Amino acid sequence: MTSSALPLADGNSGTGAPESPVVAHVKDYLARLRGGDTGAMPAVLGLVVLCTVFAIMRPKFLSAGNFANLFTQGAAVTVIAMGLIFVLVLGEIDLSAGFASGVCAAVLAVLLTEHDWPWYAAVLAALVVGMVIGLVLGVLVAKVGIPSFVVTLGAFLAFQGVSLLLVKGGTNVPVRDSTILAISNRNLAPIAGWLLAAAAVAGYGVVHVRRNRGRARRGLSAEPIAITGLRIGVLAVLVGLAVYVLNQERSRNTVISSLRGVPIVVPVLVILLLVGTFVLRRTPYGLSLYAVGGNREAARRAGINVDRVRISAFVICSTMAAIGGIVAASRANSVDSNTGGSNVLLYAVGAAVIGGTSLFGGKGRVLDAVLGGAVVAVIDNGMGLMGYSAGVKYVVTGVVLLLAAGVDALSRRRAEAAGLR
Amino acid sequence: MALSPTPAPPPASNPVLELRGVNKSFGAVHVLRDVDLSVYEGQVTALVGDNGAGKSTLVKCIGGIHTADSGEYFFDGAPVTVHSPRDASDLGVEIVYQDLALCDNLDIVQNMFLGRERRRGWVLDEDSMEQIAEETLAGLSVRTVSSIRQRVSSLSGGQRQTVAIAKAVLWNSKVVVLDEPTAALGVSQTAQVLELVRRLADNGLAVVLISHNMNDVFAVADRIAVLYLGRTAAQVNAGEITHSQIVELITSGQTEAFGPGAGRNGVNR
Repeated sequence: MTSSALPLADGNSGTGAPESPVVAHVKDYLARLRGGDTGAMPAVLGLVVLCTVFAIMRPKFLSAGNFANLFTQGAAVTVIAMGLIFVLVLGEIDLSAGFASGVCAAVLAVLLTEHDWPWYAAVLAALVVGMVIGLVLGVLVAKVGIPSFVVTLGAFLAFQGVSLLLVKGGTNVPVRDSTILAISNRNLAPIAGWLLAAAAVAGYGVVHVRRNRGRARRGLSAEPIAITGLRIGVLAVLVGLAVYVLNQERSRNTVISSLRGVPIVVPVLVILLLVGTFVLRRTPYGLSLYAVGGNREAARRAGINVDRVRISAFVICSTMAAIGGIVAASRANSVDSNTGGSNVLLYAVGAAVIGGTSLFGGKGRVLDAVLGGAVVAVIDNGMGLMGYSAGVKYVVTGVVLLLAAGVDALSRRRAEAAGLR
Repeated sequence: MALSPTPAPPPASNPVLELRGVNKSFGAVHVLRDVDLSVYEGQVTALVGDNGAGKSTLVKCIGGIHTADSGEYFFDGAPVTVHSPRDASDLGVEIVYQDLALCDNLDIVQNMFLGRERRRGWVLDEDSMEQIAEETLAGLSVRTVSSIRQRVSSLSGGQRQTVAIAKAVLWNSKVVVLDEPTAALGVSQTAQVLELVRRLADNGLAVVLISHNMNDVFAVADRIAVLYLGRTAAQVNAGEITHSQIVELITSGQTEAFGPGAGRNGVNR
């Protein structure tokens, strides 16, 4: 299992040089697709189709300004979805992640605005609140033994109440701290964007080439050079294109202000993606999450502390929700009792599932949250541009979530059938 | 079958694992009564008995999932206490349970090292684990899996059993207990697994094989231990007892025509 950070490359690799190892690699990938292991395919295809449709219907969709909007609009949901992946891999669910992010955002805003805390102390407090929330949820699920669905459904309502209490009814708490506001509202200098892009591509390349070399040295099957090159190439093109577009001038009136560069929230997302992927894929802890999600009894017999793993997943999920809440507060410039409410949780669960994370547990990657989050953001943004009401957007997003869950359930059946072959 | 049991245990060798007078009750139910069991290096010891005779409970006592109420547990001649699965595996005792305890969503290497991953700092040392797993499978002459990076969900029943056994062997274990390894398998896969069981013993391991199938037992076992209603009915060399005598022991706990010198520990009453 090569943990492909860019599965897009596999899909396109039919155009690669017709060497036998490459052909074997492609055949292997196609066999896995047929066996129900669809990976990132549905999300990437969906993204391409949606973008094409919206670009044709509303040319403004492709403008640099709108492209930058997609990131800031989708960031909070994507971060919450990244946290949800840890819980979903266990086969559990956290329905309270949305309002947990709202509570943490409210804590942040109240401390910043009403108590004049410095931004780093307020952020730390919000993260600690997230951790404590996760700890409580995890203990109720793992130690007391209440199904996570029920625990987090109760917490969903309770956190909504806490959020209302914190912001004192219907008012909202403004956020004026420039550092917090910068997360979703400011951009990197264009040159910094390019440097970051170069570092990302180079880092990706070095990691892959080194891994392949190490495997070849030990006589293990390594990925063909052509595939690795293609992966790096595709990543470089995509990242380069994105940075180029984001570095275009987006301001309507350049005399008043200049608006160009990569939004600061993008490197935040990239760092969370890298750290999360590293934890899930490269550490014994990540493996124990998959093991508990795949077969809890086997994990227990292997000496894994199942309760601790389950609690830790809820802690990670709620802490990520806190980060999502901070991003949301930054974007809205304020926090009210509805921050993290209404559609946020369903969008986050939808993002994870659309990206390819299974609701049955045992399967999921942090990248899924990014791909699925992109799909959700594109639907939301594109339909907004086409002038549809919130009602229509909700219906479409709900249908897409059900579609993704259906693909998940069917591919699972298919994988089982393939397993019995 | 080609795999004939060896005639008798070398008299000089001591059992690597020995249980004496083990009792275990669950509430009012007395499941094991003064059970004795000796397991020797390089031999397959079959553990047979009817449903409810206490085989599974005995195995769980060996593996540390249950702790015996009374009785002695000797390993390499020294008395030891086994209170958890970790204690058992620290001694070199590995149990392959009937449900195999494999994670379907993980690949073969990840399953073999589950809970005991090799690491470099904080990071999994995937390459060295893959290498060792490959060597272990090759050492067992397993040629049936195409890639060890394959998910376990894509394997056949016999292949899963093979992976579970290889997982048990990986840890330089001295005693491997297999709970009904052939119960769910077809004819050719059963033959493959039995061949593997024989190879384990020939490699010097002490193997305990639990089975309901007398053909399997006589195909690979050197010694046979019979449990009857929680008691050790007999521990004999496989060559000194017939099929029908074993069946008699399983169903009634005793046999009329017991060959002379057969029961090292005799009938336990």
